[in-house]
Amino acid sequence: MEQHNCFHCGDVCNSEQITYDEKLFCCNGCKTVYEIFSENDLTCYYDLQSSPGSAPKEIQGKYDFLAQEKIIEKLTEFNDGHIQIATLYIPHIHCSSCIWILENLNKLNSNITSSQVNFGKKNVRITYNTEKFSLKEAVLLLSAIGYEPYISLEDFKTGKENINRTLIYKLGVAGFAFGNVMFLSFPEYFKGGEFWLEQYKHVFRWLMFAFSLPVVFYAGRDYFTSAYKGLRAGILNIDVPIALGLVVLFVRSTFEIVLNIGAGFFDSLTGLVFFLLLGRFFQQRTYSFLSFERDYKSYFPIAITKIENGIEAPIQVYDIEKGDRLLIRNEELIPVDGILINGRAKIDYSFVTGESEAISKNSGDKLFAGGKQTSGVIEMEALKSVEQSYLTQLWSNDVFNKNKEDSFTTLTNTISKRFTIAVLSIAFISTAYWLLVDASKAMNVFTAVLIIACPCAIALSAPFTLGNLLRIFGKLKFYLKNASVIEQLAAIDTVIFDKTGTITSNKQSTATYDGAILSSSEEIQLKNTLRGSNHPLSRTLYDILDEHNIITLNHFEEHLGKGIESKHQNDTMKIGSASFVGFNQETTLLNTTVHITSNDEYKGKYTFYNSYRKGLSKLFNKLKTDYDLVILSGDNAGEMENLKKLLPSKTKLIFNQKPDDKLEYIKYHQSEGAKVLMIGDGLNDAGALAQSDVGIAISENVNVFSPACDAILDANKFNYLYQYIKASKQAIKIIKWSFLLSFFYNIIGLYFAVTGQLEPVIAAILMPLSSISIVIFTTVATNFIGRKLE
Amino acid sequence: MTLTSLGMSAIYILLTISIVVAVGFFIAFVIAVRNGQFDDDYTPSVRMLFEDELVKDNQEQTNKTKKSN
Repeated sequence: MEQHNCFHCGDVCNSEQITYDEKLFCCNGCKTVYEIFSENDLTCYYDLQSSPGSAPKEIQGKYDFLAQEKIIEKLTEFNDGHIQIATLYIPHIHCSSCIWILENLNKLNSNITSSQVNFGKKNVRITYNTEKFSLKEAVLLLSAIGYEPYISLEDFKTGKENINRTLIYKLGVAGFAFGNVMFLSFPEYFKGGEFWLEQYKHVFRWLMFAFSLPVVFYAGRDYFTSAYKGLRAGILNIDVPIALGLVVLFVRSTFEIVLNIGAGFFDSLTGLVFFLLLGRFFQQRTYSFLSFERDYKSYFPIAITKIENGIEAPIQVYDIEKGDRLLIRNEELIPVDGILINGRAKIDYSFVTGESEAISKNSGDKLFAGGKQTSGVIEMEALKSVEQSYLTQLWSNDVFNKNKEDSFTTLTNTISKRFTIAVLSIAFISTAYWLLVDASKAMNVFTAVLIIACPCAIALSAPFTLGNLLRIFGKLKFYLKNASVIEQLAAIDTVIFDKTGTITSNKQSTATYDGAILSSSEEIQLKNTLRGSNHPLSRTLYDILDEHNIITLNHFEEHLGKGIESKHQNDTMKIGSASFVGFNQETTLLNTTVHITSNDEYKGKYTFYNSYRKGLSKLFNKLKTDYDLVILSGDNAGEMENLKKLLPSKTKLIFNQKPDDKLEYIKYHQSEGAKVLMIGDGLNDAGALAQSDVGIAISENVNVFSPACDAILDANKFNYLYQYIKASKQAIKIIKWSFLLSFFYNIIGLYFAVTGQLEPVIAAILMPLSSISIVIFTTVATNFIGRKLE
Repeated sequence: MTLTSLGMSAIYILLTISIVVAVGFFIAFVIAVRNGQFDDDYTPSVRMLFEDELVKDNQEQTNKTKKSN
């Protein structure tokens, strides 16, 4: 059978196919979006990129809360009563077609005056007229064309975030001054004693001085504060020799021009700051569309429906009080702990507990915040407010306030300690020497040593190596929070995996059949019976079974929480739990099973297993030689035997771990000296991810929730983990090599400095030369690693 | 002496001009950063290519859809 793909979203058209305008669509939703676009002359959308869309989801009533003034106030960045501006995060933004359609929203509705996409941040900034239009309508319009915005509790905060642009300003200032000072000091490089230059060198020098002022006092300020903080904490970080070099450069240069003995080193000074800031800029650029600091707020909705005296009204989740009656629709999240009042609850807690299967609840049962309702509408009564709910309490743990970067000494800072001591010793020894030989040169030599040894190249090695590898990893769908994660990743010795969702795939599970062989007519009936059921197990089993003809069943009945019953001609079939089909023998309790009877005769059972990610055992076998491996699962031990077969024998398997247990386990091993890499996926791993030295969140879709972590890894790239760790180790090697390279430059420079013959022109050549060669070396070397990764 | 004073004023004028031009560019840079032109360095590169598509597609319509911001 030939596969047909939807013209709009590119999915394979399975059960239903809709042909419209000679194009094939997988569902009515996609067709509707196409209709909207073609009516408004926007079919160019499909020319830019083939099948760029997504099917619109059912959103009835979901955004009613957007009509509330208080919520609008928080979500809009500008509001004068006539015009509102709102920025909405849209996870689906992924290609140029998306940018095009979203920037042409004014063609779909004339009340939208303009819309501008920020592709990197995956958001769209919409300006609209409020007289005939509203935020809610804007959101509904976006949802209708398949670009549903993601609005979470995180957006609900006072005050607009300020974009931090200081680094760009500083870089601009330093670059501007560097260029001009270079230009002004050019005449000094030719020691001609030419008349005109002699005459006006004072003007040139004072101009250079003026240009260097903002560089020292504005652009380079961070280095002074960081060095000061380091010294106060008793650490000789890399900024100490840098700050020392800057101060000496500036003071000596100023003295030289005041006393009219020389031109000073303003060119080296400004260049140094410029290159250092460039390194910082290079390292700082990360993934603006990903958030590594997520807590429950980005997972929770802003508002939920409250029932008061039979009237449904949206209520802001922070306003929920004990005793409130809440209405939870299908696919909505339970925001507070409470009691189920009525409706059939089937709660998916996978994100909170790691338990893979949805749990059925009856009225009167307790519901915990963080679960997702998956079948129909339920009503519940709140027992606690949001802040007091179990899930939210998890975030009060101290690990979440700890900054991992602070407790980690980077390679650069390790080396800078020895480096600073060495440089200072050289400076003092050579000064002492010159005091004996020629005291007039002593001061000159002392400052020259500190100037030339200013570790610009060392300071650039790590930012450029790690920054470039960060970008290479990003292309390979391994997104790191910052560059220091690479260093920490290279240092780990223990790898801990969560089970559900991490080493297993959320999307599929497999099942094996055990029992009497089914006849072909029975198989047909089984497949067709399952076809009618929406239960997750039925869907899974349906997908596993071979294709069969579609038959019409005479009778079909689904017994909720028990099973399904069907009748075709004279054959009856029961599929479901052991008690439902009347099978009374002992069953293995741990695995999920579905039993089948045909005409009241017991046939057999399907046992469901987690489906493990591709390349799992290969990955573990690669990792086993260098790392301790552990599986920490929140699930029961049902998969124990299976895992033992798959994984190397030294892997520790630990089951029934609550979120706190995982955290404590890691803490314990860290206290024993282990450097732990934790790989998890859900909120239940959040504590463990925060506690570990490096926490990697596995994500099937990087745009949706992932807990706070140091890195996000696309699930498809799971089997590359070993290569990524290896590449990080190689990056550390590259840094070490470039340290050697910069020492080499330093030794040449020190020769000139110690012998008392350092001319500004030598410093001006050596400094950029060493910096640029370091940048070239690290970039080429990391690209080489990157090529091997692909 | 006249030659010297002439040379002097020429250098001052040239220096002033060069610095005024440089500072002018610097101010332009600061304004650009402040307006957020450096906040998003990807989307404009894609957006730039759309204008042609629009002209090709809607030949009968006047091309007014360009955004001003």
